[in-house]
Amino acid sequence: MTAEIIVVTSGKGGVGKTTTSASLATGLAMAGKKVAVIDFDVGLRNLDLIMGCERRVVYDFINVVHGEATLKQALIKDKRHENLHVLAASQTRDKDALTQEGVEKVLDDLSAEGFDYVVCDSPAGIEKGAHLAMYFADHAVVVVNPEVSSVRDSDRILGLLASKTRRAERGDGAIKQHLLLTRYNPVRVEAGEMLSVKDVEEILGISVVGVIPESENVLAASNAGVPVILDTNSLAGQAYHDTVARVLGEDRPLRFLDAPKKGFFQRVFGG
Amino acid sequence: MGILDFLKRKPEPSAGIAKERLRIIVAQERSTRGAPDYLPLLRSELLEVIKKYVHVDLDAININVEHDSGHEILELSVALPEGKTATTPAT
Repeated sequence: MTAEIIVVTSGKGGVGKTTTSASLATGLAMAGKKVAVIDFDVGLRNLDLIMGCERRVVYDFINVVHGEATLKQALIKDKRHENLHVLAASQTRDKDALTQEGVEKVLDDLSAEGFDYVVCDSPAGIEKGAHLAMYFADHAVVVVNPEVSSVRDSDRILGLLASKTRRAERGDGAIKQHLLLTRYNPVRVEAGEMLSVKDVEEILGISVVGVIPESENVLAASNAGVPVILDTNSLAGQAYHDTVARVLGEDRPLRFLDAPKKGFFQRVFGG
Repeated sequence: MGILDFLKRKPEPSAGIAKERLRIIVAQERSTRGAPDYLPLLRSELLEVIKKYVHVDLDAININVEHDSGHEILELSVALPEGKTATTPAT
């Protein structure tokens, strides 16, 4: 059994890659899968904070690649799910610390350890770290905001996924691409101020795997170091749940795409 | 809509503009996707050489790379300005 490798990428920064990686990995673990989530952002470690394990980082990804620690020593077991593990990014400034061979070895070792899924949290940009995060992937979750620069960058990333990955080079069949629309605000969409799901799907020529509504709960979750998918009262958490189910092959309709209906008084008096 | 809403000035819906701009730029970028990285430099250097002889602007040069059953064809077309033949070569 080999592990399925999922890269979470976007091109543009700040669109919700790490939030998505944390929730996706947690959701897969909740579905009973053995999951590792790896932070590829060398020099700017952040996944540990979002997962709430920042004080338990002893060894990191680069230490494993360089043989300074074993994989077992570096994997941080999640407090909430014992089949979920985090591999932190190194805080070194040396961008060349990651190598293709090194990454391949870690991924192979995770497979051999019986992991079902490895989630690779890509850095922003299209430089080496982003390239290595996507190179070995079987699936890609492309995170996009309904905003012009993010949509354009994600088209660039979709192009790279189709050409600059091991699957593309070997002709092993294309990477499975999933488009995830985050920070979606149905009220603004209805007012014509924001690109709609349909607009984004039309421009990029690919359908979405999920739509995460803009939500205060996302910041609250990152403040607390708890992946937002665990906040089951929040719309964002529920939308991530649906997304994980779809990545696992389940067919679920999209939710939370419409603005909440206004009551009678609001309609008459505005607000 | 509330009855008092007419007092507020409505902003111009901008999503339509965003969609139209994206449609154009995405189509344009897809058409040059997979082309070699040196293409923009090649284009500007060729332009410099051509400018020594003829006054053309950047838009006059069109470079395309086409993939045709296993090999690539570099297609270059230069639209020369009407009525102007080669001037004296610059030294």
